[in-house]
Amino acid sequence: MTTAAVRHLYVHLPFCAHRCGYCDFVTAVGREDQHGAYVDSLLAELGLEQEILAPRLETVFLGGGTPTFTAPDALARVLETLPAAEEVTVEANPETVTPALARLLRDGGVNRVSLGAQSFQPHLLDVLERRATPDVVREAVYLLRDAGFDNISLDLIYGIPGQGPADLEGDLAEAVALAPEHLSCYELEAKPGTRFTRAHGAELARQVDAMEDYFERVVDTLVSAGYRWYETANFCLEPERREGRDLRARHNLAYWHARDYLGLGVGAVSTVAGMRRRNKPSLGAYMRATRSGRRPPRELEALDDETRARERLLLGLRLDEPLDLGRVRGALDEQACARLVARDLVELSTGEDGPAMTLTRRGRFLGGAVTAEIVAWPAQLPAELPAQLSSELPAELPAELPSELVA
Amino acid sequence: MEQDRIRNFAIIAHIDHGKSTLADRILELTDAVPEREMREQVLDSMELERERGITIKAQAVRVLWRGHQLNLIDTPGHVDFTYEVSRSLQACEGALLVVDAAQGIEAQTLANAYLALEDELEIVPVANKIDLPQADPEGTAAELAELLGESPERVLRMSAKTGVGVEDVLDAIVERIPPPTGDRDAPARALVFDSSYDQYRGVVAFVRVVDGRFETREPLRAMAQGTTFEAEELGVLSPARVPVESLTAGEVGYVMTGLKDVSRLRVGDTLTSRRRPAVEALPGYQDVKPMVFAGIFPIDSDEYPALRDALERLKLNDASLSYEPETSHALGFGFRCGFLGLLHMEIVRERLEREFDLDLLITAPNVAYRATKRDGEVVEVHNPAEMPREVDTVEEPYVKASVIVPKDYVGPVMELATDRRGRFDHMEYLNEGRVLLSYELPLGEIVLDFYDQLKSRTRGYASFDYDLAGFRPGDLTRVDILVGGEQVDALSLVVHRDAAYDRGRQLVERLREEIPRQLFDVAVQAAIGSRVIARETIKAKRKDVLAKCYGGDITRKRKLLEKQKKGKKRMKQVGGVEVPQEAFLAVLNLGDERKR
Repeated sequence: MTTAAVRHLYVHLPFCAHRCGYCDFVTAVGREDQHGAYVDSLLAELGLEQEILAPRLETVFLGGGTPTFTAPDALARVLETLPAAEEVTVEANPETVTPALARLLRDGGVNRVSLGAQSFQPHLLDVLERRATPDVVREAVYLLRDAGFDNISLDLIYGIPGQGPADLEGDLAEAVALAPEHLSCYELEAKPGTRFTRAHGAELARQVDAMEDYFERVVDTLVSAGYRWYETANFCLEPERREGRDLRARHNLAYWHARDYLGLGVGAVSTVAGMRRRNKPSLGAYMRATRSGRRPPRELEALDDETRARERLLLGLRLDEPLDLGRVRGALDEQACARLVARDLVELSTGEDGPAMTLTRRGRFLGGAVTAEIVAWPAQLPAELPAQLSSELPAELPAELPSELVA
Repeated sequence: MEQDRIRNFAIIAHIDHGKSTLADRILELTDAVPEREMREQVLDSMELERERGITIKAQAVRVLWRGHQLNLIDTPGHVDFTYEVSRSLQACEGALLVVDAAQGIEAQTLANAYLALEDELEIVPVANKIDLPQADPEGTAAELAELLGESPERVLRMSAKTGVGVEDVLDAIVERIPPPTGDRDAPARALVFDSSYDQYRGVVAFVRVVDGRFETREPLRAMAQGTTFEAEELGVLSPARVPVESLTAGEVGYVMTGLKDVSRLRVGDTLTSRRRPAVEALPGYQDVKPMVFAGIFPIDSDEYPALRDALERLKLNDASLSYEPETSHALGFGFRCGFLGLLHMEIVRERLEREFDLDLLITAPNVAYRATKRDGEVVEVHNPAEMPREVDTVEEPYVKASVIVPKDYVGPVMELATDRRGRFDHMEYLNEGRVLLSYELPLGEIVLDFYDQLKSRTRGYASFDYDLAGFRPGDLTRVDILVGGEQVDALSLVVHRDAAYDRGRQLVERLREEIPRQLFDVAVQAAIGSRVIARETIKAKRKDVLAKCYGGDITRKRKLLEKQKKGKKRMKQVGGVEVPQEAFLAVLNLGDERKR
């Protein structure tokens, strides 16, 4: 494999105090005694992959799980050992934020915190099985501010069973009042098979129609509060509100720009030089392999040019900036594109590198369907792993690649 | 055999009243079929016939009984085949009228009995199933006697199932039915009363020789159609084919024609010898025209060639089936098929699906219309989408319908008939409990759902039969369905003006339910010409995007997109709207649902 200068690093810290009902991430509840050993594994994996990282990284993102639930000394060790980067983000749950934690993050080079607020309504937090109360959420923001963090993101969830329009307006107002630099607003997805779907699926289905306009309400409210709707689910304060800073999440922008990234940790995904690798979600297998100096068991997926172009299209259309058509050549059905222009869902423009496209406001609400409409039907869908790649497979992996991953 | 030793007869019976069982008993009693080969209902040879318990293709069997040659000419048992029944009856001098003693006379039996009486056939009435505990032989005998103007004692009692009374029936055939009286020295004439297609031998004609004598290898001509061929083989069915050297006046048998197409030798035609041709053909030949039409489309467009081949093969055996290629914008390539009636359509559909393993989408059936355009030109329209928009008059086929019901159901039946534009003709009591109602009805209403409505409103007690009664003008109008401003050709219909609004609204509402929301508002309209009579709007989707997409989600997102794209390939495009196949199916099944 050629040495690719990967500039974006994701680190997965899977531990949580409690698994929320709606969660389908790779998580592990409790296991405080394993945090140190897991960090050993993580750093061992980093050692194995070090060579593909660029000398200077642009972004590092610690996600989870609840990274801030990780034992403080273990978390500190991760932050110390990871290469420096221009943007270092850590996900945090409000109830884990203490002055000591804020200091630990600052000292560890973290300059951006993504806080899982989800809602400010106690009854909705209950439904989501979140442990923080609204006061705790606010308190966490103040603590982070006091510690000097000037780039805070809040996660909100809407479409919660029992959430009325007033609840939504309330959540947005509370969030805006805290003036975070960045907001991520996700519609609740009741993934099949989760505990949450079993408990609330029927109720969710009933209120689908009533909640149809929530997404529009979210966008309208935040945009009028001075936020830029720069990605389907992501908002950042306009530059003039923060001394001209571009407050978009640089790490996530790397995904949406279809750049290469390295993922470390159990269940983590990397995309490097046309190959997507997904570490298997078994914590035990991950730790066993890395402890003995091997790569963790993982699934490999070769991405040919056509597939990459399709990914650039589906990712790029999530953004508010024009997508250079040259980057998605072969993946775009131009006739369909013309039809959607006529329907006022897509706008064409001339960018620096030639023609470019952007979704209109309505087009963005319908982004999934619009993308399905304009993506060209692949002549041949990638079926199997090319033969020459099998030598890449870790020894313990069976010949065929089982896909036990759901996420 | 001398003519006075020959008896040619048919069996007239309602479905399930025991015709096939009686035929089996007759074959058994006369040793026509060795017992080990005897299987139930020998005459109904097609799998479908056996399963549905009805007879589709008539055949003839020769048996010997006490020094006489009896030719049993089997008749098709359904309303769609009236013409074929009448030809079969014309080949006979008499008929057994078999009625289930537990059920009494049904409308269809009555219709066929009238046909037989018109042909001056000697009718031998038989009350069957006297072994059943609920049988009422006396009542049934009284009903039959009343119908035929005979004394009840002349009505035979039998159980074809147990065999009781069957010998008496055979004796009565010999005693009561007159022998044929053809002129054996006259130029040869034979009536074609049925035909079938043999894969190796070509068209096989089943004939009743009326005059003269036919010899093997004789050059023949069909007098109505003018088709000429040579009698490659003559024979009789007993019930297997047995070749004979000649067939003479009064006899029934088959002729191997070597023809490759059944449509060249139609039922009702007269065969004569080209050596010494007859001057006059036998009366009664008609060119039977299909009256019910429907589009048949393969659900999977790749199956179009298979559908074409299947229709070609069915047509070999079924001269009354017609089809021509039809291209529907919404449904793709298929065929517009013509049928004698609804049952005929059902049979064809089932055979296509069962024998040829095809998945089909069939449009709502419609009748043949005769439209006079403003310029005076008259066109026959078989497809509502082809009905000219500017017409002076439109005529539609009418039928004379007879319904027999217990007297308690007279009200609901009259209501239904009036509702379906029926014109009352007359009513008579068959006995104190059962009533015969006579109506004139547009065939289009019958094709729609009349029969099912009749059955449901009379708890299945009504029996029903009809006979075509010619074309009549009607206040008919074409209704088009538009999706996204574009006409869906497969859904156009011709209806009476009074029903246009309701039918249009129904279709439009159903489509709104079935078509998924799109990226834009979609109008679903029903229109007469440019006038919209019903409209629904499918509101555009307001959101359709997955909330989250980060590094770990990309593969899943992409696969979802590819799946979504694959799904789109199966949709039909109408007016830029993606309409799933299921939506068409649901709308085309609308009629079926109203039945329930």
